[in-house]
Amino acid sequence: MIRRDLVDAMVAHARRDHPDEACGIIAGPEGSDRPERFIAMDNAERSPTFYRFDSMEQLRVHREMSANDEETIVVYHSHTATEAYPSRTDISYASEPQAHYVLISTRDPEQHELRSYRIVDGVVTEEPVEVVESYMFAHTGADDTPDCP
Amino acid sequence: MAVTVSIPTILRTHTGGQKSVEAAGATLAEVIDDLETNHGGLKQRLVKEGALHRFVNVYVNDEDVRFAGGLEAAVKDGDTVTILPAVAGG
Repeated sequence: MIRRDLVDAMVAHARRDHPDEACGIIAGPEGSDRPERFIAMDNAERSPTFYRFDSMEQLRVHREMSANDEETIVVYHSHTATEAYPSRTDISYASEPQAHYVLISTRDPEQHELRSYRIVDGVVTEEPVEVVESYMFAHTGADDTPDCP
Repeated sequence: MAVTVSIPTILRTHTGGQKSVEAAGATLAEVIDDLETNHGGLKQRLVKEGALHRFVNVYVNDEDVRFAGGLEAAVKDGDTVTILPAVAGG
């Protein structure tokens, strides 16, 4: 489950950096599994086929998150010419078993593709993405929000 | 020469769940050898063929050791060594 504004922010970042890959994380309270704080990261590789967090930026963000008792809930990056499915390199680097790995494909200029996976010990499992307006009212069926199919 | 080593979640199986541990050494290589004596299995997650593994970032205080001598980076009493998984892919 993820808030719509966070999905929009990931997609906007992916579109902005196209044709290079974009990357970043969404942090949330430790143990909550709730993505809350969007953090766009620099792709130190500035490449259409590879991404790597800038190591100094990553250290700064790590310290901020530790001080706030946050952890990485989402790790996202874009694929700019292929589908939104983890590549072999993505799988070999995946090291956060608690994280949702979100892939955004920007190969189609009109219609993006966004999918989410768990990657644990090299095993990829796709998971459904439920987009909500707010976590607080996610399942109360507010009258002004049509139910998702 | 005691330094504090901050351990990422993925490697805490080697430290009994501890987020940070103490180690000793005058260089990063010595610190990692000392870690290995108390927390077996850590070294092979950090070092491959005599160099730091590409899957990890290691910092001494605020410096990425890749730009500061790698395994030969000097470590002083009271320093903090931070290990983070490299976040990368294709």
